[in-house]
Amino acid sequence: MAKSNKPIIWFPFAAGGTVIAFFIPVIVLLTLLAALGHVPAGLDYASMHALADSGLGKLLIFGVIALSLWSSAHRLRCTCYDFGLRADKLVANVLYLAAAAGSIAAAVYLLRI
Amino acid sequence: MKERLIQLEVMRYNPDTDTAAHFQRYEVSCPEEGVVLDALNKIKETIDPTLNYRWSCHMAVCGSCGMMINGEPKLSCHAFLREYAGVIRVEPLAHFPIERDLVTAPDDFIEKLKRVKPYLIPKEPKPISAGEYLQTPAQLKRYHQYTLCINCMLCYAACPEYGLTPKFIGPAAIALAHRYNQDSRDGGRDERQEIIASAEGVWECTFVGACSEVCPAHVDPASALQQVKIASSIDWFKEHLLPGGGK
Ligand code: SF4
Ligand code: FES
Repeated sequence: MAKSNKPIIWFPFAAGGTVIAFFIPVIVLLTLLAALGHVPAGLDYASMHALADSGLGKLLIFGVIALSLWSSAHRLRCTCYDFGLRADKLVANVLYLAAAAGSIAAAVYLLRI
Repeated sequence: MKERLIQLEVMRYNPDTDTAAHFQRYEVSCPEEGVVLDALNKIKETIDPTLNYRWSCHMAVCGSCGMMINGEPKLSCHAFLREYAGVIRVEPLAHFPIERDLVTAPDDFIEKLKRVKPYLIPKEPKPISAGEYLQTPAQLKRYHQYTLCINCMLCYAACPEYGLTPKFIGPAAIALAHRYNQDSRDGGRDERQEIIASAEGVWECTFVGACSEVCPAHVDPASALQQVKIASSIDWFKEHLLPGGGK
């Protein structure tokens, strides 16, 4: 029996799951606060812009977005399968392409900053 | 001892006469502190000697009395009557073929168990004169929890992935493979990886976690499977990205 190549999909999925668990709740909270007009000190527009302007900042933001998208796409694929949607290849292609498109868009926007 | 009138709805199937399984209702008086297995035993002794089910130890050790109780995989010797109100529905373990009444055929599980080589494969032959294998408490701790499995198959009955894809090697067998892979005396990991890192091995698992919820021995098979995924991913990157396959 051959070993599976699933790690290519699973490893970024697991990494994305960890990123989502750690970053997304904080990001949601901060965005909500900002929307309500309470921008925490150090997270104002100027400093966030400076972060997105630096190479390391771009990489960090891209990593969080791309891994989260990939992880969500894979999770959704598994959920579809578990709920009886057996067209797995089609579902996988649609979802992974959506994640890839989102990641490319994020990269393009980041590079234009 | 306070007695309570227990109503059980038990799935019956006789392969010689029945074309389909059906439910039969029984009423027995049992001590309040009894378990579902006590009620079944009382039915068999006093009402219906034709009722079939497996059990042996009556103390959650042998792993033979697993059934679906109100839809949940449970050891019937560990399912306390006081936790159930109304009619208790008893069915054979889900995802396994029914042999007769509450007896299922475990052949698929046993075949998978054999395939993962759940025994020590020493790294190199060691004569008895060379003395025993020594192990530190820390080395024991790495796998001890995974030795507690009683092969009751409740995790297979709980696992929706096994239900969907019967070729999935499944929680207990992979957890046992992991138990030996984690053992400092063992050298058989490569052989086991060929089985458990395949598509029908650990990668069928989507981390539903139901196996760990129902496991009566607190093995937490889901944690073993996650560890196997991480270790197998590291293997994969080593084999494909490092020169010489990381050997
Ligand atoms: S892992 Fe737990 S639930 Fe599964 S067979 Fe072993 S003891 Fe039973
Ligand atoms: S009878 Fe042995 S585990 Fe229940």
